[in-house]
Amino acid sequence: MKQLTSRRRSFLDDLSGYAFISPWLLGFIAFSIIPILFSLYYSFTEYDILGDPTFNGLENFRRMLGDELFWQSLKVTFFYAFVSVPLRLLFAFFVAMLFNRGTRAIRMYQAIYYVPSLVGGSIAIAVMWRRLFMADGALNAALAKIGIVTDISWIGNPSTAIWTLILLAAWQFGSSMLIFLAGLRQIPRELYEAASIDGANPFKKFTHITVPQITPVIFFNLVMQLINGFTVFTQAFVVSGGSGDPLNSTLVYALYLYQRAFKYYDMGYGSALAWVLVLIIGIMTGVVFKTSSTWVFYEAKEGK
Amino acid sequence: MLNRKTKHLLGQTVFHIIVILLGFLMLYPILWMISNSFKTNAEIFGSSSLIPKSLSLEHYIRGWKFNNTITFTTFFKNSFYYTILATFGAVIASSLVAYGFARVPFRGRSFWYACMFLTMMIPYQVVMVPQFIIFHKIGWINSFKPLIIPQFAGLPFFIFLMVQFIRQIPYELDDSAKIDGCNRFMIFSRILFPLIKPAVITSTIFSFYWRWDDFLGPLLFLNKPRLFTVSLALRMFSDPQTSTDWSAIFAMGTLSLLPVLIIFLIFQKYIVQGLATTGLKG
Repeated sequence: MKQLTSRRRSFLDDLSGYAFISPWLLGFIAFSIIPILFSLYYSFTEYDILGDPTFNGLENFRRMLGDELFWQSLKVTFFYAFVSVPLRLLFAFFVAMLFNRGTRAIRMYQAIYYVPSLVGGSIAIAVMWRRLFMADGALNAALAKIGIVTDISWIGNPSTAIWTLILLAAWQFGSSMLIFLAGLRQIPRELYEAASIDGANPFKKFTHITVPQITPVIFFNLVMQLINGFTVFTQAFVVSGGSGDPLNSTLVYALYLYQRAFKYYDMGYGSALAWVLVLIIGIMTGVVFKTSSTWVFYEAKEGK
Repeated sequence: MLNRKTKHLLGQTVFHIIVILLGFLMLYPILWMISNSFKTNAEIFGSSSLIPKSLSLEHYIRGWKFNNTITFTTFFKNSFYYTILATFGAVIASSLVAYGFARVPFRGRSFWYACMFLTMMIPYQVVMVPQFIIFHKIGWINSFKPLIIPQFAGLPFFIFLMVQFIRQIPYELDDSAKIDGCNRFMIFSRILFPLIKPAVITSTIFSFYWRWDDFLGPLLFLNKPRLFTVSLALRMFSDPQTSTDWSAIFAMGTLSLLPVLIIFLIFQKYIVQGLATTGLKG
């Protein structure tokens, strides 16, 4: 920001500045601001896309209170996000620690562990996942080989179905692993050397240097991935065949919203659901930020 | 008592064995899918084996034909059309916008930059409904316009990545170009754009991946089978209502992953770099 003050601002700068950011600015207005305002308006209306929206005040939000599927989808989404994200970050951190050494083979290992993250978002993988956990899928076949014979359909059983989605998310820890690994490599070597001189054992070094140095990175990724976790759609849509079945046990929030808006053309209610999602994400982010001071260690900034 | 050297060697061996075993487990589902693309439907049933009985390509041929009126030629064409055009738009626009934010001291710069970050926090679900209604009213449904045109606004994630990159480039370069008579656009296109090539490549790769895998967008805006992308076609293929031809699905699923894997093999370095910059600094 130093350059900002030392360089004189001029009308020409304003003109060229806005010219350069105009693609984003126009898109921001057309595809974000206007839709957001419309969405806010729709959330207070009843609207089936064919007729005109009719204003019905807080009716949509009142309706949610008694909507069992709304509560079910909230429950499913919270469970999914709060189990899958920490699990994925834990795996990522553990493997990153394992890989944080100078063996030549590490680059190849990194690549292998990253592949699931690379392809995990594709429909091919989601479809395959569905097949993997069917009653006649590979998991049961593998279990039978080690003597556990079962014909449970992990996809079709209401108590296990959500776990297949959690496993699918946790399996894709590769990108977080690469981020943590980059973070670990940024920790100054001198810190460890100094600790060695002071006679610290590896465990002490881990808890007193590695953990404090890496927590800001973990924290940032936790927040971003929780937000993504709350909006999960494609995997749940494909693995459950679009329904959120069995017994709505995989009916994540975004899937329920999609069904209301685009299966029943309940656009007003769908918009209201979207704003509740914003509220939840906002509160969650706020809580994580507020509590972060107790467990995130930031380096003391110079001059503060 | 073991001496230090053997102890170290033993530790190394244990490490490599564990990592390779875990790595195999990580890759198993993908390998299983690929091997299933060569198995008959009867062979897939209840099997965890990775070795097919024969290596015939018949499932690929049958899968490619889809329902005999439309084939995967159409779906791959549609996917490449959408992915390439959208990626081109997203990357070019993002680099222009990034230059504006990083180098031009215009009034309101910090405000708009903050706005851009805020949009990253807003879930797509909020704009999804009104966007659909707007696109419906202006007759964009069942065309690629609603998927491609918004990409030409640039993506906050890419803009941020490129701003980070441009900020590392010394101002002296801009200044000397200015003295040589370059205007801002020339400075951008001739001096800075070539210098931020790593960020441009990283953005191109990620954009390609996201557009290629995009499912919700095509699901919302493309309803005619002749417009389907590969993702949409794969999903229709596995419709639980009909009896499923798993061999054919796995064959086409394997093909759909090929572009992703090939790009990864060539550009691995840029992916790792991009993840590290955006995942570390926030």
